[in-house]
Amino acid sequence: MLRKLFSFHGGVKPAPHKDQSTLAPIASVPLPERLVIPLHQSVGGHPRPLVQPGERVFKGQRIGGADGSLSSAVHASTSGLVRDIVPAVMPHTSGLTTLSVVIEPDGEDRWGELDRVNFRSTPPDELRDFLRDAGIVGLGGAVFPSHLKLKPGKEGSLQTLVINGAECEPFITCDDMLMRERAGDMLKGIIAMRHMLQAREVLIGIEDNKPQAIAAVQSAIAASGETGIEAVAIPTRYPAGGAKQLIRVLTGIEVPHGRRSTDFGVQCFNVGTAYSIFEALERGRPLISRIVTVAGNVDAPRNYEVLIGTPMDHVVRLAGARAGTDRYIMGGPMMGARMPAFDVPVVKATNCILVGSPALFPPPPPEMPCIRCGECAKACPADLAPFEMYWHSRAKNFGKAQEYHLFDCIECGCCSFVCPSHIPLVDYFRFSKSEIWAREREKEAADTARDRFEFKNFRQEREKQEKAEKLAAKAAATREKVGADGSAAAASSSTAPAKPSGDDAKRALIEAAMEKARQQKAQIQPKNTDAANPAVQAEIAAIEARRQVSATNPTDAPPDGPPSSGA
Amino acid sequence: MINSPFVRKPASVQSVMLQVLLALVPGIAAYAWFFGPGILVQIALATAAALVGEAAVLAVRGKPVALFLGDLSAIVTAWLIALTFPPIAPWWLTVTGTLLAIVIVKQLYGGLGQNPFNPAMAAFCLMIVAYPALMSQWPAAGQLDARTQLDLIFGGARQIDAITGATPLDALRTALRSAADPASTLHGLRAAQLMDGPAFGLIGGHGGEWVALGYLVGGLWLLQRRIITWHIPVAFCAALFAAAGLLWALKPEGFASPLFHLASGGTMLGAFFILTDPVSGATTARGKLLFAAGAAIFTYVIRVFGAYPDGIAFATLLMNICVPLIDMKTQAPVFGHKKD
Ligand code: SF4
Ligand code: SF4
Repeated sequence: MLRKLFSFHGGVKPAPHKDQSTLAPIASVPLPERLVIPLHQSVGGHPRPLVQPGERVFKGQRIGGADGSLSSAVHASTSGLVRDIVPAVMPHTSGLTTLSVVIEPDGEDRWGELDRVNFRSTPPDELRDFLRDAGIVGLGGAVFPSHLKLKPGKEGSLQTLVINGAECEPFITCDDMLMRERAGDMLKGIIAMRHMLQAREVLIGIEDNKPQAIAAVQSAIAASGETGIEAVAIPTRYPAGGAKQLIRVLTGIEVPHGRRSTDFGVQCFNVGTAYSIFEALERGRPLISRIVTVAGNVDAPRNYEVLIGTPMDHVVRLAGARAGTDRYIMGGPMMGARMPAFDVPVVKATNCILVGSPALFPPPPPEMPCIRCGECAKACPADLAPFEMYWHSRAKNFGKAQEYHLFDCIECGCCSFVCPSHIPLVDYFRFSKSEIWAREREKEAADTARDRFEFKNFRQEREKQEKAEKLAAKAAATREKVGADGSAAAASSSTAPAKPSGDDAKRALIEAAMEKARQQKAQIQPKNTDAANPAVQAEIAAIEARRQVSATNPTDAPPDGPPSSGA
Repeated sequence: MINSPFVRKPASVQSVMLQVLLALVPGIAAYAWFFGPGILVQIALATAAALVGEAAVLAVRGKPVALFLGDLSAIVTAWLIALTFPPIAPWWLTVTGTLLAIVIVKQLYGGLGQNPFNPAMAAFCLMIVAYPALMSQWPAAGQLDARTQLDLIFGGARQIDAITGATPLDALRTALRSAADPASTLHGLRAAQLMDGPAFGLIGGHGGEWVALGYLVGGLWLLQRRIITWHIPVAFCAALFAAAGLLWALKPEGFASPLFHLASGGTMLGAFFILTDPVSGATTARGKLLFAAGAAIFTYVIRVFGAYPDGIAFATLLMNICVPLIDMKTQAPVFGHKKD
């Protein structure tokens, strides 16, 4: 049966480079000397540490507890000793640090107690909590906590569950290999997800350049006897693996920016996520490792099952980094992020370590002015006019850039890829977006400060008035008293505590006002400077969190409201 | 620091412009074959002037000269000027026109990518207003030998009347106006009969129609190479055909046939090479259709009711003015916001 497929606008066909890394099966990696496990690995809140330095941990022991609902737990990837809990450089272009648990493996790789659950007999809420505590997040690169997406829409059921095995980025083959080798288990995870979402049909989208994976998944489906699950070969075109693009190709539905796909009866998960859900439910194993493609400037590109927290260079060594290596890229060449160091840890978002060299990824030729040729618009899968957004971004005219739907840009890089003037268009869009967020935060901060200030003014005014009233009353009382005492008091007027005149009240008022002003100054200044620092920090954190989400891989993208609530 | 994407398609402004130049070659070859080597001299003159002018301004503006000369955009402008100016225009006319296009219309507006007007067409309009007579002398195919052409280009004084020439478009318009005049010897003749002379070929001007065919071939190749999209050529030709067809159908004795309009003058050059200039043209799909259709209507009106040899240059500039508005009003809906 041939299914009717839909197409999305634009897209490009970069050289795939996928053959070399699929020659050998997925390999395991010897334990490294130490693991550095960042506590914050998913979109959302920062998990708090649950262990102390010096503590012994089991493999699979929870070391970071989810912080609220929009967050996901983190686990020890092997048994050993917690050496430290310190900020360590995270696998992100910024080179910023994040609180991480450093574990020294004891070499025994001993699991703790594992609890399994039967997804059919467990209430959905409990299942979701279970998956949150098992640290299950989207493995396509967006690392959105999966339990939050495993809720059917308002109707209580879903039309289509889309499983993303498209894997459109060049070089990356971890999903391909997963499907070839573990299709059966992955399918069990899919069946569990289907149950949770009450989805009527399941479509597994796989680019047609992976015939072996398609065949493996199809025979797994046949063997399972399930109906309503179909592996669909889709045309190979980047970014077919973007969640929105894949949903479009398989169902014809376009989920607009800022809307949840469940509102349209669709939800989308990555194949790796499906597999880790199987591991969690049926084997009781939390997400402590993932398949990582090592490719690029190495002797033997290959896929490895890597423990979260393993230093990247430890893995790359196995594949044999070649001379000339000047960088690691996490992700693929289209959306990947350049790593700030070679020993940053593998995290849940690491689908690929792309080893770069100047020969493999030469710097772009000099940037020329835009000639408005429209190539970028032709290539844009979001139907945007990148050159217009570029024009306004460059002029820092961010409002205009937004009018051209800047925030609908998925940062796929197609426009930069095709531009004959070699303009780094996506960089401009990333910059504009973070500028706009920064400004919004600034404005928010300013608004709060202003509100606070205005309230204080109001309060002071009120106090002043009350004081003045009191003083006036006092003065009136004194006057009355003076009047009553008569001339006797007048004789000793020099020692009188208060002159019977309106002047006194006035002076008192002025003094009170000045005192207030002094206090006000003293209060406001330190407060404002205090407030500025956390605000700026929060802002940086927010932008970075955003970066991490969007700058990796379009697959398994979250329902895309800005995750600012977590920052 | 270099960010993603780390790979790029091997595309450059230079290769785009180079392909445009290559696509002009069949038309130029037909031109030289039918009308003599004068056109080649004009191309050389314009190219030299464009390169010198561009290099000088780039140097003054402190821009990397080699990089920007290498983008070949100045040469494209130069060739379009040479192809739209009369092939026997005196050398200084071509050189001045080219310098105006490069220095004023292109570089003073900010250089590559910044000019709101098509430089070649702006130069054409400026020169035809300044030197209407010199810009209106077109030899018929085979009328002048190589020696005469060179003399005319490089010679000093020229007897303007001795080399009467007009484009077939011009000639037909004049003839049609005479035909409409009861006092004229041509009175009552139809366009088809008027086109019986040696200046005319099968459907357009003699020789000129082959040049047009050359441009068409080159233009189709550009389409196939995806350097241009179909919108502008198709909309321009269709609208011109429709406008010409309408009046011709109403009054065949008073107007040239739509086919004549397609095959004559700069129609093909305009449709595939001039209006498709991305910098000064519309960029959205619907915008391109509007832009080209508008240019076609203006072209037709100026050809039929105006006094200039062709209307494409003025039509292009008029539509260039409208581009920002057209682009703004024709933005296509983005992903997820389309109405099905
Ligand atoms: S591809 Fe580059 S040169 Fe062409 S319109 Fe887009 S930004 Fe401008
Ligand atoms: S990066 Fe943004 S603007 Fe560029 S092609 Fe992708 S979605 Fe379109």
